[in-house]
Amino acid sequence: MAPTRREFLKIAGVSAIGLVLPTLPGGQISNLSPHITRSAQAGMPASGGVSPTVSGPLPALRAKRWAMAVDAGKCPPGCRDCITACHLAHNVPDFGNPKDDVHWIGLERVDHVFSAETHPRLPESIKGLSVPVFCNHCENPPCVRVCPTQATFQRADGIVMMDYHRCIGCRFCMAACPYGSRSMNYRDPRPFVPKQNPDFPTRTKGVVEKCNFCEERLARGIFPACVTVCKEKALVFGDLEDQGSDVRRLLDGRFSIRRRPELGTGPQVYYLL
Amino acid sequence: MLEKALKGSRGYGIWVAFLLLLAGIGFFFYLKQLDYGLGITGMSRDVSWGLYIAQFTFLVGIAASAVMLVLPYYLHDHKAFGKITILGEFLAVSAVIMCITFVFVDLGQPGRAINLLLYPSPRSVLFWDVIVLNGYLLLNLVTGWTVLGCDRKGIPPPAWVKPLIYLSIPWAVSIHTVTAFIYAGLPGRGFWLTAIMAPRFLASAFASGPALLILFCLILRRFTRFDAGEKAIQTMAKIVAYALATSIFFVLVELFTAFYSQIPGHVQHLKYLFAGLDGHNTIAHWITVSAFTAVAALVLLILPQTRKREPLLALACCFVFLSLWIEKGLGLVVTGFVPSPLETITDYTPTGPEVAITIGIWALGLLMITMFYKIFVSVRTET
Amino acid sequence: MKLYDGGKIIAGIAVFLIVASVPFWYGRGKAVPPPDLKLDTPAIERLKEKLCVEPAPYMRANHMKLLGAWRESVVREGNRSYRAADGKVYKISLTGTCLECHSNKDQFCDRCHDYAGAKPNCWSCHIIPEEVR
Repeated sequence: MAPTRREFLKIAGVSAIGLVLPTLPGGQISNLSPHITRSAQAGMPASGGVSPTVSGPLPALRAKRWAMAVDAGKCPPGCRDCITACHLAHNVPDFGNPKDDVHWIGLERVDHVFSAETHPRLPESIKGLSVPVFCNHCENPPCVRVCPTQATFQRADGIVMMDYHRCIGCRFCMAACPYGSRSMNYRDPRPFVPKQNPDFPTRTKGVVEKCNFCEERLARGIFPACVTVCKEKALVFGDLEDQGSDVRRLLDGRFSIRRRPELGTGPQVYYLL
Repeated sequence: MLEKALKGSRGYGIWVAFLLLLAGIGFFFYLKQLDYGLGITGMSRDVSWGLYIAQFTFLVGIAASAVMLVLPYYLHDHKAFGKITILGEFLAVSAVIMCITFVFVDLGQPGRAINLLLYPSPRSVLFWDVIVLNGYLLLNLVTGWTVLGCDRKGIPPPAWVKPLIYLSIPWAVSIHTVTAFIYAGLPGRGFWLTAIMAPRFLASAFASGPALLILFCLILRRFTRFDAGEKAIQTMAKIVAYALATSIFFVLVELFTAFYSQIPGHVQHLKYLFAGLDGHNTIAHWITVSAFTAVAALVLLILPQTRKREPLLALACCFVFLSLWIEKGLGLVVTGFVPSPLETITDYTPTGPEVAITIGIWALGLLMITMFYKIFVSVRTET
Repeated sequence: MKLYDGGKIIAGIAVFLIVASVPFWYGRGKAVPPPDLKLDTPAIERLKEKLCVEPAPYMRANHMKLLGAWRESVVREGNRSYRAADGKVYKISLTGTCLECHSNKDQFCDRCHDYAGAKPNCWSCHIIPEEVR
């Protein structure tokens, strides 16, 4: 369901503030020595290896293994805050038709996302529950395996990246992804970006794009847009290898499942249903 | 020898002009595609490969079929094929060029195609496909041209041609296998994740390629003074029959695995392909045509009474070509994407510009075949 | 050896030489003024020392190489810090760093690019801040 204009402006305002804060003067062009360490701000985990950069008031976040937990029960029905924030932050276009559709986060029913685990006796309240789906940043990503130019590649911290400069648009990665996480720009996206965020590039036509776990925000010491904007704290992000991180503590305490685990991809988005 | 393609009868000139016109129209629409993006086609987020890749997949089979002439002649001394191996090699060259062109027009950023060479990725099947396709192109171009040139001069071919021809035999198998591996190694696409994808590709290739060659030989017999010989044509027809039978058998075997095991992941795709899902049944109509023409062709080819009668043989070969063009083209490609990983059914319909570009590339391929065969016929009928 | 159709061949060669040398003689006598680059943006005015990331002659010759290296650094290595030759550290960003000072792309970047006939396609993705504001 599309947000109303009022809802959209509210989310846009909150996200814009969240985006602008780290880029305020003091961090851009400076003569700072890179060896100044800065303490992490409240709410941001100090652990996970903090490393100084001059890109903002906060040092870059580093991890051995970034992961996301989705506490699906906390999602209010009809809420699309995460999608709006993500798409605004990353200049994701809205083409207005399902054929050309590009999205980084989608909302899908449980019986479509977890069709193997769904059975006819599940109540509709569970089957019909909407859960956000995005790139799983797999441990063993098939999309990276098939890319003929290594335009999509896996970082040491687990994030599966897209190099939009190198992508030739062959869409082999889209065929390889078992989760439907990737979108192709079948047209020039620029005219269809509702509100351009100058802090992030757009893409050009002819390349494939997907969620990037907000690696540009992690480099500025802040968590992904979807995580920060979620009022219910349904999205929990962090370093799985850090025992003190929110995501690790959550997964240590509760039952979680992943999408299509039998395929051996090792997805790093965990769902708590 | 190239000059032989530039002179011909009125009919030849009209045919060439017609193909150039179609190619020109296709090029015009390709420029539109470059401007607008691939959105000008019917491809979508769910069905991200369509008509272009379907043509590529089918044509790889046609290209590999040269081996069905080369192998019996060079390895088993089947003399009847001696006159026509070059026809197979030239068909292979044209088909591979069409394959490469179809992949090229399918790229979202074709200007960056050089990245395939600048950043080699041996773990990607597409990387190997580029290598084997280009290698096969070179092999067949060099061997076909050299042997024909030597024929024209009335001398035996040089010694280095033989090893290259022998190499082209396993290489032909490799272009199929690698293309099948593009599909068969993807964990998320249950319809394609089958070990017999490569054998299926080989079987349908060895049916569709020689079927096309038979049609070409019949056309050459009708319009030129070149006659491939009844023995060669009948042997090719028998090869098509066996390969077609194998191909049909492979499809039935796939149906058994899915429908006897009743695993939904397997069943859904085949149901969509053969019967339609939730009212989406356009592709089911097409595959029905494919099934009927395949069976009809098989009967016509197995029975000597029908196989030996030229009009029925021609009809059977057209049926084989059509049937496999559907089954290994859109039948294979689109079905892999439906239902999507999120259980949605998205229809795919090629758009006008997409069809125009496709026809344009086919015209280009037919133009190359026409010119190659014109050179061949000129050389063969003058010596 | 006899030259058959000599007249047509010589005429053809002459036509070819004329057409191929058009860039050299077509604009003779007309001097195009060198590009007039404006460096008076508010951000540059605010700088105490009017220095780019690297010295201007180096940037003029090598800015595309630098941008290429920056691209590899950010996208493929995740490293957004650049230590210049003089030791200063900058944040790697075309829109955020380069265009922060050179906010007048059409009076700076475009002037040389148009003069030289260079058409960088960076702008199909990288946003020009002036156009968004």
